Amino acid sequence: MKGNEAIGEAAVCAGCLNYFAYPITPQSEVAEYLSRRLPEVGGTFLQGESEVAVSYMLFGASAAGERVFTTSSSPGISLMAEGMSYLSGAQLPVVIVNIVRGGPGLGGILPAQSDYMQAVKGAGHGDYHVLVLAPAGVQEAVDLTIDAFTLAERYSNPVLILGDGMIGQMMEPVEFPDPETIPPPQPRPWATTGMKDRRQNLIRSLFLSPDSLEYNNMHLRAKYDAMERDEVRYESYHAERKMDVLIVAYGTMARICKTAVDVLREQGLKVGLVRPISLYPYPMQVVHEAAQKAKDVLVVELSTGQMVEDVHHAVAGSRPVHFFGKTGGNIPPPDRIADEVRKLLVKKPGKSRKTGRKS
Amino acid sequence: MRTIFEKPDALTDKITHYCPGCTHGVIHRLVAESLDELGLRERTVGIAPVGCAVLAYHYFNTDFQEAAHGRAAALATGAKRVRPDLILFTYQGDGDLASIGMAETIHACNRGEKITTIFVNNAVYGMTGGQMAPTTMPGQVTTTSPAGRDVAECGQPIRMAEVLSQIKTPGYIARVAVHTPAHIVKAKRCIKQAFKYQAEGRCYSLVECLSTCPTNWGMTPIESIKWVEETMMPYYPLGVKRTPDEGEGG
Repeated sequence: MKGNEAIGEAAVCAGCLNYFAYPITPQSEVAEYLSRRLPEVGGTFLQGESEVAVSYMLFGASAAGERVFTTSSSPGISLMAEGMSYLSGAQLPVVIVNIVRGGPGLGGILPAQSDYMQAVKGAGHGDYHVLVLAPAGVQEAVDLTIDAFTLAERYSNPVLILGDGMIGQMMEPVEFPDPETIPPPQPRPWATTGMKDRRQNLIRSLFLSPDSLEYNNMHLRAKYDAMERDEVRYESYHAERKMDVLIVAYGTMARICKTAVDVLREQGLKVGLVRPISLYPYPMQVVHEAAQKAKDVLVVELSTGQMVEDVHHAVAGSRPVHFFGKTGGNIPPPDRIADEVRKLLVKKPGKSRKTGRKS
Repeated sequence: MRTIFEKPDALTDKITHYCPGCTHGVIHRLVAESLDELGLRERTVGIAPVGCAVLAYHYFNTDFQEAAHGRAAALATGAKRVRPDLILFTYQGDGDLASIGMAETIHACNRGEKITTIFVNNAVYGMTGGQMAPTTMPGQVTTTSPAGRDVAECGQPIRMAEVLSQIKTPGYIARVAVHTPAHIVKAKRCIKQAFKYQAEGRCYSLVECLSTCPTNWGMTPIESIKWVEETMMPYYPLGVKRTPDEGEGG
C-alpha cells in the first residue's frame, strides 16, 4: 500500500472518522483516499479553503468532542503553525501528519527532513510543544498514526507525525491491527456539546491575568515533563556495545543508515545506530549513553543540520559530533554514508585519537 | 405576581466590560432571546472572536469556544460538521470577520455551512484601540488613519452583507441596526430568523449589525446614534439581502 493511503486507512482503523485537509504535494493522496473512504464509514471529509482554516476546523471538531486529524506537507504546516499554538494552548487532542518536502519557501516536492526544528521546537508562538513521532517506513507510519490518537487524548495535546515524501510515496506491504485491540476514544467531559444542565464548558487559550496564564503554562509544562518521562521512543541498532562510530538518524534517513551499518559491520568496523522515533520528547539520555560507547558520533539528516543540535545537547561535549547532510531532495545511498563513517576512522597522524590510543 | 420582563436564560449574570453607549450588550441580548424563544440554548455552542467580544463567553449561558483572530467560521465549521445536532454561532467584529477572517467567512458561506454568524460592524477596531477597519467610513479618523480614511489609499469600506449576497449557495444574509427601539425590534426578527434557518438545517446565515463605538469614535453615545443614522446607514443599507428561498434579494 502506498504510504499516504496507508496513513489515511490507519486513522480510520483508529476510529478517527473526521478529516479536514487542503491538497499539497507530496501527500494529496491521503485526501484523495479519504474522500472515497470516509463516506463508506459514515465519516466527515471536508476540503478546507486553506491550511489555516483546516487547523481551526480541527480545533472546532476536537473541542466538540470528536477524534479528528489532518495531513499536509511543509508549506501547509507553516500555515497551520498558528493553529498548533492555539490547539496546544487550549489543550485539544488532534493528530497532524507532515509529509515533509524540501524548503525553505516552495522548495521542492522531494523528500526532506528540513522541518525538524519547526516540528520539535515549536512552529507557532508561545510556550508549547507537540508530541512528534517519526516513522521510518510505511508499517511504522501506520502504527504510529494509530498510537498518535491515543497519545493525543492521553495528554490532551496535538501529536505530529513527521514523515517525509519517501514514506508518503513509497509502496510497502502493511498490516493493520484488529480494531478491537485499539483503545477506544477517551471520554471528553470538557467538550462543548451543549450545556443542558451542567456548567458551561469553555475551550480557550486566552488567560488575561498573569496568574491564570502562568497556571495554564505550568500545567502544559507538567504535561511535557510527563511526556519526557514516559513517551521517549527509539530504536537501537548495534549500539549496545563499544563502537568506533555511533550514527544518529531518524525516519527514512535512519533506514538507509541501517543498511550502511550492516555494510560496515560486514567489513569488521564497529558501527551502531540510534534512531529516535519520538523527536519530541527527544531520547536525550539514550543518545548520551550510546555516545559514551563510541569514539565519534555522526549525525545524518536530509537537511543542512537540524537534529544535530539536539545530539550536541545530548552528547554535551563528551564526544566529537560530526554531521553529514544532503538536501534538496537528494538522498544519499548507504555507500555514501559508509564513506562518511570511514572518513572518521582514517588515521590522522599526530592528532588522531585512534593513533593516540594505539601508541 | 406575573413576570413581564426578565433576563434571558441564555445570558449570565456577569456585568459586561463593554463601554457606555456601545451596542454589543443589545446584540448579546437579541441573540440570547432568540436562543431562548427557539429552545436552542441547551445545544448551542458559541464561538467568541478576537476583539471587543473576546470575552463573550462570560456573558452567554452556553458552551463556548474561543477562536484566533478571524478563524471563528472555521471553528464553527469543524464543530458543526462533526456534531450536526449542535447549534453553532460565531459572534465577530469587522476587523475579525471582514479583514483577517475574510477567507474563512466567504468559504463558510459558500459551502453553505449550517452555522449562524452575528457580525458586529462598528467601523473600527475596538479592542486594540480604535484602528482603521475594512468597514471604516471614508474620511473617518482612526488611530491608524489620523487624517481620515483615504479611499485612494485604502479603498472603500467593504459591504459584507452585499459581498456575501453574491454567493449562489442558499443562505440568509441581512443587515440590521440596533440604535433605536424600532430598529432593535427589526434586528431581533432577523437574528431569530437566522437561528431558525440553522435549526431547520436549511442554510448558512449571517446578520450584520451596525453598531456604535463611542469610545473609539470620540463621540458621546447620543452623537454615536446620530452617526450610525447619518453616516453609516446611507452607505450600509439595511434589509434582508438574501433568503434561502431566492437567489438574490433586496
